[in-house]
Amino acid sequence: MDSVGSIIVYAVIAIAIIVFSVLAVTTRKILRAATYLLFALFATAALYFKLDYEFLGAVQIAVYAGGIVVLFVFAIFLTSRPGDNSAKLASKKRALGLTGALLTFLVAGYSLISRCSLWGALPQGENPDMQLIGQTLMGTGHGQYLLPFEAISVLLLACIIGGVVIARKND
Amino acid sequence: MDITILYYLIPSLFMFCCGVYGFITRRNMVAMLISLELMLNAVDMNFVIFNRFLFPGQLEGMFFTLFAIALAAAETALAIAIIINMFRVSENIDVRDANKLKH
Repeated sequence: MDSVGSIIVYAVIAIAIIVFSVLAVTTRKILRAATYLLFALFATAALYFKLDYEFLGAVQIAVYAGGIVVLFVFAIFLTSRPGDNSAKLASKKRALGLTGALLTFLVAGYSLISRCSLWGALPQGENPDMQLIGQTLMGTGHGQYLLPFEAISVLLLACIIGGVVIARKND
Repeated sequence: MDITILYYLIPSLFMFCCGVYGFITRRNMVAMLISLELMLNAVDMNFVIFNRFLFPGQLEGMFFTLFAIALAAAETALAIAIIINMFRVSENIDVRDANKLKH
């Protein structure tokens, strides 16, 4: 049994996620799309906080909202002129997009409702404390993640070098 | 009223479908990338929700999401480098002009 406050918080988060993700893909100004994406990501971070994953919510805000959206905004400023609107959609294209999205929604929604209605309310569990997260990230034992952590760091280095090489002026 | 797992999965599914719609209809490459981020984010949410409801006390879903966020950052940085390069070649970022990068 959830308290009234918990239900209200859930409803606000769910409505924010739905509204801002619709707006992010339907608005015709590209900078507004990036802003709505930012709000949708904030709502996702709020959902993580509500599910007791505080570290993950902080990472979501820092990396997604702080890093990726800023990258998007810079890319938009570098590649579009102020006042640009995207062209009106051809009705064929819109119908194709709506069909794809609705089919996905129906198929996945049907399977969710037929399978996932078994499980009950949120099980009791406390949020993982920072010591446990740190040991899991840095350990080499069973169920610990030092190797993927190092692989990610090498991948990020390769990504930095690749980004510089691709975006550089070659003259 | 209990907030079951279904109540959390439906907004995530909705976000994924918005991403699909945007990815099909948009032509601007930055807008397509924004739709892609929506889809990735919806999948991350699913990992966390299933982890919390089915295996509370374990950390697998949470760490998968952590690494997926790092991968999304890397992917966005590279894609934006490609988009800027393409803007230099063809003066716009319409996806139909992407084959000009070959020359």
